[in-house]
Amino acid sequence: MNMIIGEKLGMTQVFDDENRAIPVTVIKAGPVRVTQIKRPETDGYAAVQIAYKEMAAANRAQSGHFAKAGVAPHRHVVEVRVDDVDEYELGQEITIGEVLEAGQRADAAGISKGKGFAGVMKRHGFKGASSSHGVHKVHRSPGSIGACATPARVFKGKRMPGRMGGDQTTILNLEVIQVDADRNVLLLKGAVPGPKGAIVLIREAVKQRA
Amino acid sequence: MNTLDDIEAAQLRDDIPDFSPGDTVRVDVRVAEGGRERTQAFEGVVIARKGGGIRETFTVRKISFGVGVERIFPVHAPIIDKIEVLRRGDVRRAKLYFLRDRVGKATRIKEKRD
Repeated sequence: MNMIIGEKLGMTQVFDDENRAIPVTVIKAGPVRVTQIKRPETDGYAAVQIAYKEMAAANRAQSGHFAKAGVAPHRHVVEVRVDDVDEYELGQEITIGEVLEAGQRADAAGISKGKGFAGVMKRHGFKGASSSHGVHKVHRSPGSIGACATPARVFKGKRMPGRMGGDQTTILNLEVIQVDADRNVLLLKGAVPGPKGAIVLIREAVKQRA
Repeated sequence: MNTLDDIEAAQLRDDIPDFSPGDTVRVDVRVAEGGRERTQAFEGVVIARKGGGIRETFTVRKISFGVGVERIFPVHAPIIDKIEVLRRGDVRRAKLYFLRDRVGKATRIKEKRD
């Protein structure tokens, strides 16, 4: 298994061996339970479904699905592609210690914080207009959004103000600073998408630099 | 206990003396040069303490060869070998940034008496 589901707890800093302060995100990662195994013969592909965090009340569909695996209903369910499904069995518990260890690189995916309706400066990094030199009331405006009679329309994909954030975002190659298998806690260097309490998917880095 | 606090608490140092802005301190800093380690002292007035938990820092100001020098240390940094409080100052403010605009006799701080 190279993936686990976790919950962002917040950020802090730790001092490393060379006494430098390292910014870290603390993630409560796992343990997750295997709730379904998809085999090439029956499902057309090989994958394992993992679930995180038990929930208090489940509807009948959920109860039935989790009962098949013999585990209590869980809140968050994710499917992970694997090469060999025979390594896994229904109801198996997977902890962070089996997925990552300190020194490795990891990717973290989650839903970024919603920023609401944002202008072009915040949303797309436009420069805006000058704050003086005769500029009047258009300091954060996008400026021209196109030409005149030709093409007589605004091009599709033109970057404009709109909803920002709340998107699925993946941060690649974060250094794993510490793995605390006893407490199921993972420390990743740097920021991870989402607010505190957000669900994040952590996997072994897919684009490792040699 | 909250996991985040736990992680911070594990790193907090308990050998740091109690000191506050206005105090004159001597900070022994570990410096590694050429493979070996020695300590270097930085002595001056604490003009600010900021932040909390593991992120707390303090600023020490001294006048070195006529030039004001300030150094900011994390309170719980492992490079700090020792902090020694040389003199307790009696000040009414938490941040003594006004000292930056003063020179000579005007930078004196009353000693705390109790």
